[in-house]
Amino acid sequence: MATQQAPAIQVQGLEKSYKELQVLRGVDFDVARGSIFALLGSNGAGKTTVVKILSTLLKADAGTASVHGFDVATHPAEVRESISLTGQFAAVDELLSGRENLVLVARLRHLKDPGKIADDLLARFSLTDAGARKASTYSGGMRRRLDIAMSLIGDPPVIFLDEPTTGLDPQARIEVWQTVKGLARLGTTVLLTTQYLDEAEQLADRIAILHEGRILVNGTLAELKQLLPPAKVEYVEKQPTLEDVFLTLVSAEHRISLRTQKEPR
Amino acid sequence: MTKHFVGDTTVLLGRSLRHIARSPDTIITTAIMPIAMMLMFVYVFGGAIKTGSDSYVNYMLPGILLITVASGIAYTAFRLFMDMKGGIFERFQSMPIARSSVLWAHVLTSLVANSISLLVVVLVALLMGFRSGAGVAAWLAVAGILILFTLALTWIAVIPGLSAKTMEGASAFSYPLIFLPFLSSAFVPTDTMPGPVRFFAENQPVTSIVNAIRDLFTQQPVGTDIWIALGWCVGILIVAYAFAMNTYRRKIS
Repeated sequence: MATQQAPAIQVQGLEKSYKELQVLRGVDFDVARGSIFALLGSNGAGKTTVVKILSTLLKADAGTASVHGFDVATHPAEVRESISLTGQFAAVDELLSGRENLVLVARLRHLKDPGKIADDLLARFSLTDAGARKASTYSGGMRRRLDIAMSLIGDPPVIFLDEPTTGLDPQARIEVWQTVKGLARLGTTVLLTTQYLDEAEQLADRIAILHEGRILVNGTLAELKQLLPPAKVEYVEKQPTLEDVFLTLVSAEHRISLRTQKEPR
Repeated sequence: MTKHFVGDTTVLLGRSLRHIARSPDTIITTAIMPIAMMLMFVYVFGGAIKTGSDSYVNYMLPGILLITVASGIAYTAFRLFMDMKGGIFERFQSMPIARSSVLWAHVLTSLVANSISLLVVVLVALLMGFRSGAGVAAWLAVAGILILFTLALTWIAVIPGLSAKTMEGASAFSYPLIFLPFLSSAFVPTDTMPGPVRFFAENQPVTSIVNAIRDLFTQQPVGTDIWIALGWCVGILIVAYAFAMNTYRRKIS
C-alpha cells in the first residue's frame, strides 16, 4: 500500500460545490510524510471544505484524494484509521472532565488501558491538575490543548488541524505552535489551515495559498518570498511589536512546559 | 465497520448517560410537567369530570405517561443538536467507529432517561392514590407498549435533532406531541366531543394506546385496542427510523 516515499496526502483536481456556489475549482497538492503543510486562505476560501473531504466528512464532486495511501472516496474506513481531525471548534465534551474526554476517545479507538493513555496525555499537555474538572470550566487555550490531545490518541500518522489557533490568546497560540512542531518532529504529518500569515510562516515546511477554490501558489516560505521582487534595503527604526510587549510582560509566570517527546507505550 | 458496533455504542451510551447523571434536571423537568398536570387534573378538574371510573387518577394515568414520554424525547433532539453544533459529532464521524453508533447511543439514552421519568411519575401517582390490580404480565405489557412508544417518538426526535438550525427548532416539534393526548380519550371519554373532534380523537394513535394501557391496568380484556396501539407504534417507529436514517446519511456523506 503506502510506500515510505509516497506523499502522506495526495490531492488532485478536487472540486466541490454547495448548490450553485462553487467552493473548490480543482485543487491539487501533495503533502510529504512527516512535514507540516499549511493551507493559507481568507475566510470562505474553501480550506475547511478541503479538510472535510480529506477526513471523509464530505464527498468531493470531482477529483481524487488519498490519505496515507488510501483513497478517501473508496476506502473511508481505512482513512479514518489513519487520521485525526481537530476541527475549527474545539470538539470536547463539556460535561465530561478532561480525563473522561481522553478515555472516551481511547475507548472509541479500541485501545488497551485507556486510563493510562489519558493520564500520559494529561501530563504531556500540562493538564494533570485540571484532569478531573469538567471541560466546560477550561480556558480557551486549555480546551484547545485537550482537543489536540484527544486527536493524538492512537498515534494517527496524519493529523488535520482546521484553524487551530483561531480565537486563542497569544500565549495559547504559542503553546499550540509548540505542540504542532513537536508532532512533526516525531514524524506525524500535519495539514493545518490558517488565515494567519505568521502562523504559516512559523510552522509550515510548505505553504499553499488557497484562493477562490484554487491553489494560487505552493512552496516553501523562501520560494514564496522569491515570487516578489528582491528585497530592497531600507532603514527603519525597530520598534517592539505589541505582541513582543505583551508576551514579555506576561510570559514570566506562564512558562510553558509542553513535553513534546513521545511517551513510551 | 460493524464489528465494533456493540462496543462503540456501549461506550457512547456511557457518555450520554453520564451527561444525564450530571444534569439530572433533564429528568426532573421531564417528570415535573406531567406530575403538575396530574395534580391539577386530579385535584382541580377531576371532581367535575365524569369518566365512569371510580378513581380519576386511575383513569388519567395512561395519558399522563404518554405526555411524560412526549416531553422527555425533546431532550434527545436537544442532546443530538448540541453534539452537531459543538463539533464532537464531526470528531466521532472522522474516527474509525461504527457510524450508526452515534445515533443508537442517543436513542438508548432516551430509553433509559424516559424509563426513569416514567417510574417517577408512577410513584407520584401511587402516592396520589393510583391503584392497579394488574399482575406481572399486565405490567410487563404496559412497559412493553411504553418502550415501543418511546422508541417511536425518539426516532422522530432524531430528525429535528440532526437537521435543526437553532436549539428552539430542535425541541419545538415536541409541543404538538405533548398536546395530542388532550385530543384523545386520555382525560375525558370521547363520547361528549362534537363530531369531527370525536372522529379525530377516536382514530388517532394516543386513544388506542391509552385505552390499551388503561385496560391492562384495570384488568379488562384489552380487545382490539392493543393491536391498533401496537400497529401505530410499530408503524410510526418504522417511518420515523427510515426518515431519521435518511437524514443521517445526508448529514454524514
